[in-house]
Amino acid sequence: MLRFIAKRTLGLIVILFCVVSITFFLVRLMPGGPFDRERKLPEHIEKQLLAKYKLDGPLLDQYFNYLKDILHGDLRLSTKYRSRSVNEILAGALPVSATLGGIAFCIATLGGVLLGTLAASRQHTWIDRTAMLSALIAISLPSFVIGPLLVLLLAITFPLLPVGGWGTARSLILPSITLAAPYTAYIARLTRGSMLEVLTQDYIRTARAKGLSENKVIYKHALRVAILPVVSFLGPLAANLLTGSIVVESIFSIPGAGGFFVNSVLNRDGFLLAGVVIVYCTLLVAFNLLVDVMYGFLDRRIAIYD
Amino acid sequence: MTSSRSPWRRLQRNPAAVLSILILILVAFSAIFGPGFMPRGSGEVTRESFLPPSEAHFFGTDLNGRDLLFRVLIGARISLLVGLAGAFISFVVGIVYGMIAGYAGGRADSLMMRLVDILYAIPRLIFLLVLISALDPILRELMVGHGLQSLVGYSKIVILIFSLGLTEWLTMARIVRGQVLSLKSQQFVVAARSLGQTHRNIIFRHLLPNLVGVAIVYLTLTVPAVILDESFLSFLGVGIQAPLASWGLLLSDAAQVINPIKGYWWLLIFPAAAMSLTLLAMNFLGDGLRDAFDPRQRR
Repeated sequence: MLRFIAKRTLGLIVILFCVVSITFFLVRLMPGGPFDRERKLPEHIEKQLLAKYKLDGPLLDQYFNYLKDILHGDLRLSTKYRSRSVNEILAGALPVSATLGGIAFCIATLGGVLLGTLAASRQHTWIDRTAMLSALIAISLPSFVIGPLLVLLLAITFPLLPVGGWGTARSLILPSITLAAPYTAYIARLTRGSMLEVLTQDYIRTARAKGLSENKVIYKHALRVAILPVVSFLGPLAANLLTGSIVVESIFSIPGAGGFFVNSVLNRDGFLLAGVVIVYCTLLVAFNLLVDVMYGFLDRRIAIYD
Repeated sequence: MTSSRSPWRRLQRNPAAVLSILILILVAFSAIFGPGFMPRGSGEVTRESFLPPSEAHFFGTDLNGRDLLFRVLIGARISLLVGLAGAFISFVVGIVYGMIAGYAGGRADSLMMRLVDILYAIPRLIFLLVLISALDPILRELMVGHGLQSLVGYSKIVILIFSLGLTEWLTMARIVRGQVLSLKSQQFVVAARSLGQTHRNIIFRHLLPNLVGVAIVYLTLTVPAVILDESFLSFLGVGIQAPLASWGLLLSDAAQVINPIKGYWWLLIFPAAAMSLTLLAMNFLGDGLRDAFDPRQRR
């Protein structure tokens, strides 16, 4: 067990290293620099700027220096938000995104698993059909449609909830639903499919033959195995949700980190970009590791600790 | 479930899938021929901005006084084109990559699959943005250099197709590789190999025909995913740009003018309906195809 975790952690560091390197060179190889303006800067000023942001010298030297700084926990200065460090910017925005993402994560996993289980246990009834149709609709609609539609309905036509903003619990409701909707639908479909497969297995017939109630059969015996595909989806889900979504955050004017993914590329703000990528990638690989460990607890037949 | 041998027969017995095919044909036809039937100047900028739906403008007009029905149809052309072409590129790249990895096996396989893992760990959005902003100026220059100035406006479409295709193939490669691995150990492939057939023959005669079904099923699910991605990029302002239109661009325009004081609901509802109806039909069709090709794995 410990050996397994140690081995996977080593793999995590390798992947993280590759991702940081790819990101670093991608940004530097893109046309256009962080200080390009309509009017070209005087040469000595540009030189000073490049020196201040440690963007001078040979590319490989810059790369190794950057790796050294990262190892010391310094994500460097942002070239767009002048003289603010990437650490500072992320420390301000990430908690906001993580709060929203955490709520959405709970909605998506609990709601999705419940909906999928319900649909599978009532296969071929109207409950099943409605649940699956609405799941497919939620997958087919982009979040920038779901969001404004919810606003139109629940904030404008029937003014029950605030249109946007950040700070009160009520203002969290619409954005977290918008953020969670497609993932809830995806998890519901996943759960239903795997539940239907599990329900045909022999041990379920045995459980029923023993005279267990249908609820006990489904929620205690079947769900434990049927939930495995959902569990392996939780890694990417957590990484995606916790780092924020630019669409949901811009629709509801939430000061989160989602916008950095886009704006840092457009502004050629390489260190901010590398910072968000590092956070995203660390979350992704760490949650995947956690998921693998959970797998072993949920299904003892799976031997992953080789 | 009555089992019939042909997957197409099984598909025909699925009412949702048949309805989806009809809807998709309808959408494609109206996108191709519809704008030709509209009055001249429907797409021109006029002073009649934000007219609600009426007999003159079935879907109303937008901020610049353009007929929204016309814009939705033009948008359908571009969205469908980007979705189909982008998914096709991902299909080709994914099959080639997955087959090489699975067929070569051993160290090459694990190296290639580790690369896929690493690419998975970088947010796709970042790859897309980098690809778009790196390729865009290059293609523009190429077009101007070859005397194709009139086509420069369309360069973004080409860029989007390639960028989306080149970032969407990872899952396809994984699926194809898995198929190749399981096919490779089956007796007919082992027999073919021991009979001394060439690699080319084994790949094209034995492996490809047997995995293309699964790959096509996944392809039908990739098309709506690419359309969704394109709309997302257009929403962010890095995709299709006016005066061209895509569903994503129309929705993004709508999301910007919707506010509590003025409810220009038609700007949001009609493009959203067109887009979600199409994506819904594609997803239903993809689900139906999967059930038809693989009746054991019913979802």
